[in-house]
Amino acid sequence: MPTYTMFAIFKKELRAYFISPVGYVYTGIFLAAAALICAYTTIQQASYSTTSYFQYMIFTFIILIPLLTMRLFSEERKMRTEQLLLTAPVSITGMVFGKYLAALSLFVATVLVSCINFFPLLSYAITERSSASSNAHVGPVGGQVLGCLIGVILIGACFIAVGLFISSLTESQLSAAVITVAAIAVMILVGIFNQYIGSTVVRTVLDWISVLNRFDRFAYGLFDFSALLYYLSISGVFLFLTVRVYEKRRWG
Amino acid sequence: MIKIDHLVKNYGTNCAVDDVSFEIAPGEIVGFLGPNGAGKSTTMNILAGYLSSTAGRVMVDGLNVLDEPLEVKRRIGYLPEQPPLYLDMTVEEYLIFVYNLKGCTMNRTKHLEEICDVVKIKDVYKRVIRNLSKGYRQRVGIAQALIGNPPVIIFDEPTVGLDPKQIIEIRNLIRTLGKDHTVILSTHILQEVQAVCDRIIIINKGKVVADELTENINRVADGNRRYRVKICGPQREVMSMLNDRSDISYVEALPARDGEAYTYLVESAPNIDMRKSLFYTLAQKGWPMVGMEALGMSLEDIFISIVDKTGEGERVRKPGKARRGRSATDAEKDLAQAIIDSTAEAQKNIAPYEGED
Repeated sequence: MPTYTMFAIFKKELRAYFISPVGYVYTGIFLAAAALICAYTTIQQASYSTTSYFQYMIFTFIILIPLLTMRLFSEERKMRTEQLLLTAPVSITGMVFGKYLAALSLFVATVLVSCINFFPLLSYAITERSSASSNAHVGPVGGQVLGCLIGVILIGACFIAVGLFISSLTESQLSAAVITVAAIAVMILVGIFNQYIGSTVVRTVLDWISVLNRFDRFAYGLFDFSALLYYLSISGVFLFLTVRVYEKRRWG
Repeated sequence: MIKIDHLVKNYGTNCAVDDVSFEIAPGEIVGFLGPNGAGKSTTMNILAGYLSSTAGRVMVDGLNVLDEPLEVKRRIGYLPEQPPLYLDMTVEEYLIFVYNLKGCTMNRTKHLEEICDVVKIKDVYKRVIRNLSKGYRQRVGIAQALIGNPPVIIFDEPTVGLDPKQIIEIRNLIRTLGKDHTVILSTHILQEVQAVCDRIIIINKGKVVADELTENINRVADGNRRYRVKICGPQREVMSMLNDRSDISYVEALPARDGEAYTYLVESAPNIDMRKSLFYTLAQKGWPMVGMEALGMSLEDIFISIVDKTGEGERVRKPGKARRGRSATDAEKDLAQAIIDSTAEAQKNIAPYEGED
């Protein structure tokens, strides 16, 4: 796979986010939401536990990830620029990966930037530690934060793959966005609602698409290898499907 | 350079390209002509690797499109019907993106500068594509196709929607490119092909119906059989005299009148030069002939009659035609038939392709 072409697409997409307002809107909403959630879940609750901070953050992805993915393919299709990409010496896989990595990079970057929310927590912890007499650990738990970060990024990677796939199905950014919102909402909410379902069979099936359930162990600071595999395969499956959409269109 | 071998493309049950075969030599400028929906764009899209074929083989520079798609794509510059431009980029950003996308290795600044010189977009280099006029956008599209210096360039209707001056400029540009590139140009404007191309391939309903060198068609089409004649004399009697002559196959009184002279459109029977004898007859009758002008055949009418003969013609016959009171004349129909026959003969002689797939 020629990587230079993939890199060209990667760069172009990353730049496109900030030529249009969508990149700024996404980054702004993400950071504002993260700061608010952080304030509500930790400082206002007088708690150092960051688990619910990350859990709430995942809910914001319902709106945020579609912002990132909606135009990736639908715009190319509408403007007929995909003809340029598909007649250039680029493999379809390279094209899909270039776009995926661009969205993923912006996502990871904002997640990492949002870590500034921990600074007030740390400064609280430092003051409290100096006044506390006991040896008990005070402050956010490093392992928990790291585990949650990895979990959140993996979940984002899944959602971006889903959004990318949906964007490749339609010419309209708006419908891509709406469908992606719905798809991500289902993947998140199914984990909450399936405990009310009586049938074990249905529950097991629904559990397959439940992204949130697998986040729990990361939240405890455990590195869950099976969850890692799950997230990576969900991303892989949707990226593969996107490639197939393009191949099928060529043959159609 | 390009060899298309029994190409077939089906969309479901609809057959867009039906057993098309032709070869294009390096350095040729080929005009790909046909009514809308004839399969021009589909064929070009297959050639450019945007679509795949249902059956048949496409070879570019000895490489099969299916086996080595990337290598083939590297050899082709393609300008689709709608130029694939990112409207929110500047021309510079766009061309650099395409340069990177194609993975070119030559000196970038120099290469892009050369291309901008050729297509004359230097003065808009720093501008956002969204704000460019259609003519400039088209040129940026052409510039994009030229990046990487591919030996084969495909233009899909490059002059649609441009003003007459721009059309002439683009045609000149294509002719210049033809000096060291193989160029395929699709259009439904006949003059364009006549002005630019070495060879015309007419495609209709997915089939090649004519494949001729432009100069051959021009030469035959110049063969004079049709004249505009101005005769002073009573119109009705002149008409009946002309109609009675055996060496004239077609007569039509035209509305134009020049003093006491009426104008007639006269077509001679095949292989007969009736000019002299017509002159003497008219002199005898005392109806002086004050003008005679050879008309040659209209390539447009030849084209329309080729298309008519090879498919149901409703789609191409323009409504304006009937009003002008003239359809293809016999001579044009004969020539059209001759071209169709010779092409059919040539197509028959193309060896069947034994597919390996």
